[in-house]
Amino acid sequence: MTLPLAVIEPGGSLATALYIVSFSLFIFGVRRGTHPTTAKQGNLTAATGMAIAIVTTLLLDGIGNWGLLILGLAIGTGVGVVASLRVQMTAMPQMVALYNGVGGGAVALIAWSEFRHGLALGEEIPLDELVPILFSMVIGSVSFWGSNIAFGKLQGMIPGRPVKVPGQQVLNALLLVGIVAACIAISATNDDPSQAVFIAVLIGAAALGNLVVLPIGGADMPVVISLLNACTGLAAAAAGFALDNVALIVAGTLVGSSGTILTLEMATAMNRSVANILFAGFGGAPAAGAAATEERPHRSVSAQDAAIALAYADSVVIVPGYGMAVAQAQHAVKEMADELEARGVTVNYAIHPVAGRMPGHMNVLLAEADVSYEKLREMDEINPEMPRTDVAVVIGANDVTNPAAKDDPDSPIAGMPIIEVDEAQQVIVIKRSLSPGFAGIDNDLFYHEKTSMLFSDAKEAAQGIAAEVQEL
Amino acid sequence: MDLITEVTIFVLAAFVGFEVISKVPTTLHTPLMSQTNAIHGIVMLGGLIVIGLSDDLLEDVIGVIAIAFGAINIVGGFMVTDRMLGMFARRPKPKKPAESEKG
Repeated sequence: MTLPLAVIEPGGSLATALYIVSFSLFIFGVRRGTHPTTAKQGNLTAATGMAIAIVTTLLLDGIGNWGLLILGLAIGTGVGVVASLRVQMTAMPQMVALYNGVGGGAVALIAWSEFRHGLALGEEIPLDELVPILFSMVIGSVSFWGSNIAFGKLQGMIPGRPVKVPGQQVLNALLLVGIVAACIAISATNDDPSQAVFIAVLIGAAALGNLVVLPIGGADMPVVISLLNACTGLAAAAAGFALDNVALIVAGTLVGSSGTILTLEMATAMNRSVANILFAGFGGAPAAGAAATEERPHRSVSAQDAAIALAYADSVVIVPGYGMAVAQAQHAVKEMADELEARGVTVNYAIHPVAGRMPGHMNVLLAEADVSYEKLREMDEINPEMPRTDVAVVIGANDVTNPAAKDDPDSPIAGMPIIEVDEAQQVIVIKRSLSPGFAGIDNDLFYHEKTSMLFSDAKEAAQGIAAEVQEL
Repeated sequence: MDLITEVTIFVLAAFVGFEVISKVPTTLHTPLMSQTNAIHGIVMLGGLIVIGLSDDLLEDVIGVIAIAFGAINIVGGFMVTDRMLGMFARRPKPKKPAESEKG
């Protein structure tokens, strides 16, 4: 069944022209997305481009099977709308992982469908179609499963700690070699390729996606999601090669290159290479260190003590981390800061590039609580001011403040840039326990002579301190 | 389109991506990742095309799931990005009078 409004010739000038408009809007939208004042319009610009691309495609001659097509659109749109409205700001990173995963899944399924269509024609499948199909199938499948694991880890459904299998690297390498070999075999027999081998590769790529991401610790998930985002983009571009669709090629490539930059930036912030993050199994060896550091002396204080220290300080730097996100404490933190500022204390926020679960995660949360943009200071900017800071308040952050990164060359995070709170005159750490962070290593900061531990949920602590400051 | 034209477009698009993205404040990394994530949902177009070529039940099922996945990617991606960016909007400040009281 086809509708009579299907009028645009596929691959014709009109279709191509509309696709060009659409990808121009993507590029323009991303461009505007790089500046805080234009980002929101930028997103709408890109969404407009997407709408044009979808409508154009729906009007193409040859589009059919409308009942199922509309069913798919309706299900996807419904799920997308409900999920986006319900998700809490703190769960954004998981959400991006999940959306990335379904995108990858779509690519892999489309590749499979195209492959079956090629088979059904009973002719030789041209290599410039078959190779992109295989590429998008493999990468799409890896991205789908990898993103789902990343989602599971961030959501706490799968242990965030690295899950290791003996001989993991060898297994992954063999799997990859097998996948490549099978793809070459399929390409070599492109006059009558085997669907059984194709499905085997699909499953192999799924296993690879799981195995690659499972051993990576939760702290590294932002880098992984960013990398998978780039991969899905490239897979979409490959699908564009197979379908001769210029909008897919440009949009997919755009995402591929942007995701690559973001991935490299995040890896740089952690002072590690992407290869190291993917293959090192971060946090795999903390057991010995943890055993050796049991029962180390530390100082514990009450909210009242903390309030006094803060209220009589001249300058305070707040270092937020994932704990603030989990406790939904951003509003309470802002109220605490307001109380302090009302007493003439200068309050700034030090944002580590990888604090939370994604770059910018803390900024999004603090912006939600109406903290002004100028108070959010980046790591390189705030570190030189640390020695002149009276009190540094670490709220739910851990690894990004661990002085072991610069003092202990044997530490797994050695060399990672940190917010140098140990340089401040005094440190207050708000945390529920002394347990290690996502990297799975002990934090020397907690046992430092300058440090006072306030054992509490981040939100209760901030509210408690705000109330105590008011009393003073 | 012949292969070499497609490769040309691919290479140019890759450079455009690098150039357009390379100057982003850390603050906008999450929204930008989310927005680019939504853009790769464009692969749904492939689903719209291949479902029309379907000639058995399996391909119907694959097609519907692919389109649904793509639509979640697009709709969810843009909406979530919009919500995130809404947080950065300069809201009219009702707190102004309170601040001047504190003096």
